[in-house]
Amino acid sequence: MSLWMSTHFLSFLVFAPAAAGLLLLAFPERQARLAKLLGLLLSFSIFCVGLRGLSLTPDAGGWLFLEHRAWFSVAGLPVDYRLGLDGLNFWLVLLTALLVPVTMLATWNSLKRREGVFAGLLLLLETGVLGALLSQDMLFFYLFWEGMLIPTYFMIGVWGGEDRRYAANKYFLYLASGSLVWLVGLLYLAAKAGSFAPELMAQAASQLPFHAQAWLFLAFLLAFAIKFPLFPLHTWMPDAYAQAPVAAVPVGMLVKLGGYGFLRFVIPILPAAAAHYSKTLAVLAVIAIVYGALVALVQRDLKKLVAYSSLSHMGFVLLGLASLSVIGAQGAVLQLVNLGIGTTAIFLMTGMLEDRAGTTMIADFGGAASRMPVLTGFWILAAMASIGLPLTNGFVGEFLILNGAFTSGFDWGRAAACFATLGVLLGAAYMLWATKRVFWGPENPDADGGTAKLSSDLSLREIAALAPLAALILWIGVHPRPFLSASERPVARLLSDAQAPAPRLAPAASAPTHAPTEVHE
Amino acid sequence: MHSAWLIPVLPLLGFLFNLLLGKRLGKKAVTAAGVGTVALSFVLACVLFLAMLHAPGHRLELSYGDWLDAGSFSVPLGFVIDPLSGLMMLVITGIGFLIHLYSVGYMGEDGGYARYFAYMNLFVFFMLTLVMGSSLPLMFVGWEGVGLCSYLLIGYDYAQADDVPATAGLKAFIYNRVGDLGVLMGMLALFAAFGTLTIGDILVKAGHFGPQVGFGLLTFATLMFFLGCTGKSAQLPLYLWLPDAMAGPTPVSALIHAATMVTSGIYLVVRMAPLFQMTPVTMTVIAWVGGLTALFAATIAIVQKDIKRVLAYSTVSQLGYMFLGLGAAGFAAGFFHVFTHAWFKALLFLGAGSVIHALHHEQNLMKMGGLWKKMPVTGWTMLIATACIIGFPGTSGFASKDEILYLAYLKSPVLYWMGVAGACCTAFYMLRLFTLAFLGEPRDAHAFEHAHESPVTMTAPLVVLAVGALGAVAFGWPVAFGGSFRIEAFLEPSVSYGATSAEAVVHHGGNPAMLAGISTVLALAFAWWGWSSYKGGLAVAEARAAKWPFLHRLLENKYFVDEGLAYALVAPLRWFGNLLWKLFDVIFIDGIGVNLPGALTRVAGDFTALFQTGRVRNYVLTMGLGALLLLYVFLK
Amino acid sequence: MADLLSGALQGYLAVALLLFVVGLATVLLRRTLLMQFMGVELMLNAANVALLAFARWRGGDVQATVFYLMIIAVAACEAAVGLALVIGLHRLRGTTDADRTASLKQ
Repeated sequence: MSLWMSTHFLSFLVFAPAAAGLLLLAFPERQARLAKLLGLLLSFSIFCVGLRGLSLTPDAGGWLFLEHRAWFSVAGLPVDYRLGLDGLNFWLVLLTALLVPVTMLATWNSLKRREGVFAGLLLLLETGVLGALLSQDMLFFYLFWEGMLIPTYFMIGVWGGEDRRYAANKYFLYLASGSLVWLVGLLYLAAKAGSFAPELMAQAASQLPFHAQAWLFLAFLLAFAIKFPLFPLHTWMPDAYAQAPVAAVPVGMLVKLGGYGFLRFVIPILPAAAAHYSKTLAVLAVIAIVYGALVALVQRDLKKLVAYSSLSHMGFVLLGLASLSVIGAQGAVLQLVNLGIGTTAIFLMTGMLEDRAGTTMIADFGGAASRMPVLTGFWILAAMASIGLPLTNGFVGEFLILNGAFTSGFDWGRAAACFATLGVLLGAAYMLWATKRVFWGPENPDADGGTAKLSSDLSLREIAALAPLAALILWIGVHPRPFLSASERPVARLLSDAQAPAPRLAPAASAPTHAPTEVHE
Repeated sequence: MHSAWLIPVLPLLGFLFNLLLGKRLGKKAVTAAGVGTVALSFVLACVLFLAMLHAPGHRLELSYGDWLDAGSFSVPLGFVIDPLSGLMMLVITGIGFLIHLYSVGYMGEDGGYARYFAYMNLFVFFMLTLVMGSSLPLMFVGWEGVGLCSYLLIGYDYAQADDVPATAGLKAFIYNRVGDLGVLMGMLALFAAFGTLTIGDILVKAGHFGPQVGFGLLTFATLMFFLGCTGKSAQLPLYLWLPDAMAGPTPVSALIHAATMVTSGIYLVVRMAPLFQMTPVTMTVIAWVGGLTALFAATIAIVQKDIKRVLAYSTVSQLGYMFLGLGAAGFAAGFFHVFTHAWFKALLFLGAGSVIHALHHEQNLMKMGGLWKKMPVTGWTMLIATACIIGFPGTSGFASKDEILYLAYLKSPVLYWMGVAGACCTAFYMLRLFTLAFLGEPRDAHAFEHAHESPVTMTAPLVVLAVGALGAVAFGWPVAFGGSFRIEAFLEPSVSYGATSAEAVVHHGGNPAMLAGISTVLALAFAWWGWSSYKGGLAVAEARAAKWPFLHRLLENKYFVDEGLAYALVAPLRWFGNLLWKLFDVIFIDGIGVNLPGALTRVAGDFTALFQTGRVRNYVLTMGLGALLLLYVFLK
Repeated sequence: MADLLSGALQGYLAVALLLFVVGLATVLLRRTLLMQFMGVELMLNAANVALLAFARWRGGDVQATVFYLMIIAVAACEAAVGLALVIGLHRLRGTTDADRTASLKQ
């Protein structure tokens, strides 16, 4: 067993959740409680197995773990079974494996029906996300990427709110249509390369005339821009988040793949086009940052507010990637981890409020801090992480991204960084305004209002679910080095072909040994 | 020296203890942890300060490895102890300890005792990080952290029915955040210019910086830093949050919003002094903003009725003086005012707190009066603080303010006269405050009946602070009056920081003795006017207000800046957000981009569905006819 | 030999055509599902007759016979399933009139 595990570690991580999920789907409705319990135990065990990866030194560079064998061919194109773990996806994989049991624990009593099925779908989704994170073959990646749609579609459509059908269909059609365009580009490039291996595809792409590369880049970008999501392709997200409070957590799990895939595949395969379009990307990123923040400012529903804040935060990720600088891209990778932690924490807490009060409209609350001091404490921590306060994870990510953009050699870099800081400011505004309206101030006198129904503070179970997230927020904020050192070398390698101009540092920085006598008046 | 890291970490431990266990273990444990850790920090800070004095070059650098590390960017985790940060460290832990002690009495009856001390300890931690950090990002940790604590402490009484504290806390955070963005941008610009964010490296490299490269970038960076200072240190145009911040408990106002946090802007400028000296544009901006704020806030303070609001505007005004000094290249002078102001303004706030405590949370000056007899200790210490702040000859306030005004004169006589006008207003409103609170007849008999001197945990800090306020003068006395401005020499290693191009402050021109004489005589005259206007109650003042109703309303409503801003900025922003949401998201993207194709598909489907009659025989017939058609086509 | 058989082929094909037309008419004219189902079976068998006739005409192809047996087996299964569906529908709706069970139409 241990020998098998030592050679098939990644396969286990990817497919064990699917096996567990199928097992849970087979449970009858009346055994839902048992199914839930089993799901929690299994997902937690899978996470524990994943922790074994910590024994690999993630900052070593190169593959930490690789499983590679030929699988099958489509139309003469070989598709490889190729799973690889390196410093880039290392923490994302562990985080994903952690989020599944955390979500199950936090939403233990939130679902009113078919809880076992939900747990099963969640595990299937875990397979999709982990598979996409670990795949190093484009078609293999594509299969997982599309496969994730199926469990999430049902999660939104079955357990969502009133408009769940609309939200689920919108979600599915949005994401699927983007992926199809991408698939066409992918197949075209694979036919040129004779393979789905990213390295060969990059080689083939570099032989193509530039306009062909540009078209391919746009086709790739469409799929990733929808998943990101980017303005103006983002409107599936507020609906999906608002309709499916519990399912929103899984949606949050998979949006980070947009940024990850973009860095892992799109930039290395089409580096010239990426550099050419970097300005466009940066503009899109800044629009997403400011637009998301402004719209979040006027939301009345906590869930939609978080959705738009997520749009704003993903804008930062894109800005870091568009800078094509190691600093910015490392910040973007860390920001993906941060979003997985922070947005999930806030969503789980919104769900806990909804469990008790039956509403997430901001105006229904007020003065909740007196009734739920522990929740308030967690909330403030998560809110501070969301607005990027130092010593929380949000600061490290945002600061590196802004730094990467500002010092990148692109002419847009400084202006983009300046505008992006507006998002930091507006982020504080909407987050704290919502915090104040929900938790502070006098208690809402309305007996049917939300606050009056907050009869109990967090239970031990809920604290147990939130505590790891809170610990991660502080850990990354205080000691980000394990996270940053892991991604440094893979990021540098992936960006090496993207022709970013040399960083714009003043000459004094490169030659600090100038004699002071050279200074003129 | 090896225990230097304990200085900030001890209050952090106090915070964790009080936050997690405080409520369970009871008040005694909270007091022990909350006050004890700060006291220990103070002792360690004293030891470290002495060690620094004996160190070569008066500098200790302590490094604990790297904090951030990405690509070519790396930030060390380290502390720098030099005269500047050492003095700040002593002020923070020393005055911080006194205010913690005072809080034991002041907050004794409060239900959130543990929470209060947890926040206070966290504040001390962040403030120490701010001054001790060896790199800008580490300093930024403290910079934003103190903002967080300020936010939490202003909103400490969050459940109050009128919602004032929570709103004030939010406001403080947002205004500070605007400034914080400035610091963030400044850091980015400096990293672009120097490739490092360690303060020492930047300043050393700045000395080698040829004037031909990157001066636009440096000016941008320093201006952005100053934007941060206007936020944190409540200068025009970001001062609006500080008066509202008085919604927090009074000891908080004393520690955070008077003695320490609001001076971090000055600390930042002094810390980066060589850089600021290289950018004359920024220096001029600083001087003028400081001068304007000093005068502007002082005029508002004249008519405020809430005792804490008077002191808040006074703080804004005094901070303006400090920036005026910095802008006039008087880094030592500006910082000296930070030092003296910390003593007497903390004292004023704690004295006001003592009064408020005695009168059962009555803050309205109009309802006070005659407290001198009931509260002798508070009265005497308040009198000392008042003398200091109006610059009574021989007090520390005289020494520090006078030096600033002299330097301002060298920069521009207009700045000097603005400063003198501000000093006159200061003298007037301070005497007004003192007279209304302590002298004359009690105007609220009921409250007066119950008034009593505060417990010893509250009066003891008052006495210590009063002694400190008087004794601070030992650090500097204007040369013109036969003293030596010792603090300047003391701070020299910090201000020049090994940089070669930092020009020495030139002390000549003007007649220092005469300039000081003018300002002092005028201030004393206004002080007398303030006393004589209010010694007989409110009649004189009311008559005056009736005579100039427009002016009175303008000042009373703080020049309507808050209202104007809400009208000009906040409302349009929300309107714009709504527009984006309703127009772009709902109508353009969802309506035209998403739902319209969906609707078209549905219409097309409905049309073709007309052919689906649901009768199997129809289908078979169509199929048969179709087969015949195909046969015909193929066999033709 | 081919000529001799070609006459027979036409006869077989005529029978197959007749069967097919009868089946088609049944499907088109009867409304009862059961009868329509029988019509479909008739058409299927018409095709089988044609298949065997052509096989014979091409010189006794064994594959066609095997194929035919296969079709018979599958058709038997299909008939069983189809009849079961008709019975189920009758239980559910109380009728086997095809025009009155048109619920797939919107």
